[in-house]
Amino acid sequence: MTVQPAQPGAQPPEGRVVLDARDIARALTRIAHEILERNKGAGELVLLGIPSRGVPLARRIASRIRDVEGVEVPVGALDVTMYRDDLRRHPARSPQPTDVPPGGVDGRTVVLVDDVLYSGRTVRSALDALNDLGRPDVVRLAVLVDRGHRELPIRADHVGKNLPSARTERVMVRLDELDDVEGVWIS
Amino acid sequence: MRKHLLSIDDVSADDAATLFATAAEMHDVQRRQVKKLPALRGRTVINLFFEDSTRTRSSFEIAGKWLSADTINITGKGSSASKGESLRDTVLTIAAMGVDALVMRHPASGAALQVSQWVDAAVLNAGDGTHEHPSQALLDAYTLQQRLGSLEGRHVAVVGDLTHSRVFRSNVKLLTKLGAQVTVVAPPTLMPSGVGAWSAAAGFATSYDLDEVLPKADAVMMLRVQRERMSGGYFPSAREYTVGYGLTRDRLRLLGPDVPICHPGPMNRGLEIAADAADAAQSVVLDQVSAGVAVRMAILYHLLAGEETD
Repeated sequence: MTVQPAQPGAQPPEGRVVLDARDIARALTRIAHEILERNKGAGELVLLGIPSRGVPLARRIASRIRDVEGVEVPVGALDVTMYRDDLRRHPARSPQPTDVPPGGVDGRTVVLVDDVLYSGRTVRSALDALNDLGRPDVVRLAVLVDRGHRELPIRADHVGKNLPSARTERVMVRLDELDDVEGVWIS
Repeated sequence: MRKHLLSIDDVSADDAATLFATAAEMHDVQRRQVKKLPALRGRTVINLFFEDSTRTRSSFEIAGKWLSADTINITGKGSSASKGESLRDTVLTIAAMGVDALVMRHPASGAALQVSQWVDAAVLNAGDGTHEHPSQALLDAYTLQQRLGSLEGRHVAVVGDLTHSRVFRSNVKLLTKLGAQVTVVAPPTLMPSGVGAWSAAAGFATSYDLDEVLPKADAVMMLRVQRERMSGGYFPSAREYTVGYGLTRDRLRLLGPDVPICHPGPMNRGLEIAADAADAAQSVVLDQVSAGVAVRMAILYHLLAGEETD
């Protein structure tokens, strides 16, 4: 049985800073604008963050949409743990909360939000999980960092930063809400 | 958690917390339209029941199905066991078909442990004789935790036929592990022998006086009078048992209005629990049943979903 990894605390991770707090803020503002532009407004939008760090990112994007359009976009969480294709390769992980906004996802434009896009397997799991919750009209993907190395035919619609990386490198996203420290590091 | 779930001794307080967190998520899945998760796709779970059961067997079956495992039920009656096949042969035959988990109920104490030594599959004890019923204890504790918040320092009264109760044994182990203060109540004839030494070591109290215990309780767990395990002589009459140890309408008044009343079922209405108590707003009997599916999903998930460990 796995124990959740300890919270890293306020210590920033080792490595080179790729995005600082202000870079993240600017990237999210741009993503919020892109989502609105692409969707021609905030109508029928639902933002679903993928736990853990996709959830606060989705909330931040929603608050920027509120600032721009004055509309409260429903925000939720979509856990993909039980849908992963690598369950058998790791000790069983505990599922995180899935929280679908009251209006559901049927007929909506769902924007999945995650921190890092890498192999694409998490997003594939998310699409399966979403399928069990209903039938959105459109599903889009917003990520803070796209580090490449896709293993599946998946791409993001909205990207905060394209970050070319080697497979051996680690990309670490830390957000104030969860980590008490903010930024993106690579090492 | 270990490979098998044979006893509450296999479950640490941290394991229980992990299982409860997972169960809470599974509880949400129960309310969805599509109650299906792919986590155990391609795994096979066999329910092997040598004793009658409604809720345990069906909730393990539903739990397995909602996690996309293939679940199959085999009961003692109607299987080759009734033709005289030994337990070992039955179990090895089933294991040879390539199953991933065996959920087992058997009238002999220790049967699940014995079987776990014969097969490679994970073995889940769904009740062995008068020994243990760990998944019931986990779902009881989960239900109480949902109601009471934490169990730390809360006073739980466990009342009834303790001698024959595997639910009592598993529950006392788990509740004390989670920090609850447990008092077990039974007539002297149904208090298990050796309970004195065990209660002293494990830190729970014993009592013969239900009326004295109820007003202090934060939760009450009524246990079934197991007529099928009794050869008579434990109490003079059913009426006498009810007068001394039943949760009657009068005793219900001794309980605070928010004190949850649990019963693992099946209930003997009018014997250990009056209809007024069983159907009271504070009764959590049906919450226990729905928690049963969620907790058993959590157990199957944590035992079967991860990597193979030997």
